[in-house]
Amino acid sequence: MKVGVVTFPGSLDDVDAQRAVRIGGNEAVALWHADADLRGVDAVVLPGGFSYGDYLRCGAISRFAPVMTEVVRAAGAGMPVLGICNGFQILCESHLLPGALIRNDHRKFVCRDQKLRIENNRTPWTSSYDQGAEITIVLKNGEGGFVADAETLARIEGEGQVVARYLEVNPNGSLNDIAGITNERGNVVGLMPHPEHAVEELTGSGVDGLGFFTSLAAATFA
Amino acid sequence: MPKPEILDPQGKAVLGALPRLGFAGVADVRQGKRFELEFEGEVTPAVLAEVEQMAETLLSNPVIENYVVSVEQ
Repeated sequence: MKVGVVTFPGSLDDVDAQRAVRIGGNEAVALWHADADLRGVDAVVLPGGFSYGDYLRCGAISRFAPVMTEVVRAAGAGMPVLGICNGFQILCESHLLPGALIRNDHRKFVCRDQKLRIENNRTPWTSSYDQGAEITIVLKNGEGGFVADAETLARIEGEGQVVARYLEVNPNGSLNDIAGITNERGNVVGLMPHPEHAVEELTGSGVDGLGFFTSLAAATFA
Repeated sequence: MPKPEILDPQGKAVLGALPRLGFAGVADVRQGKRFELEFEGEVTPAVLAEVEQMAETLLSNPVIENYVVSVEQ
């Protein structure tokens, strides 16, 4: 499968995400924020970083980048989209995902190996994991507190839209320990921690993140 | 402004700093943003409606923030 990775001005983890896509057995295609062109990809990753310097609000300006018009259109047609960290923030600002991400409740940037539980393995990004699997991948964010109004929160919990939950420590004040969510259709996933940094034994905390990049083939051709 | 039910860590930091400077009696602090937009000519209702749209789509995130538009000559 061809997986596009969008580079915005200020993206940091686009190259790591491309590498993770390849290690996961797919072809990585570099996409540019200013091109309204998805170059025929089958799925899209919005990587982490500080796109547009996090000016205004994290993800607020990226949302209006020409490539995002195409991403929003493709997501509406069912294309798998994964937003990691800043990518998650962009997906919320784009209204592809409910809720929003605000400054960590303790007001400090956090960088740690974070334990998570996979709460929904029915998305094209998580199908390689067992339901309830516990994984450890790196988390690094300053504005990772997931918030939504009570009604929205009840809906995403009730509909099984929580994809991953923090275990042992809630690192940023996210409501209900939510680390990642999906949309109603299940094709768009946002995740605050970074699976692309946990795909090789040589670096990082292990290979627990690899499943996010091997799930695609399994899900699409199943 | 962040909606009342949304945690405002920046406001909390300011609230914590005030007593250290000797300012007492502040019960709460909320921190928001202010944008000043300048227009050539008169701000007609049509222009104002457009500003409302700007506020709704880009300047604020209605999921977590409220906004108020006002005109100064």
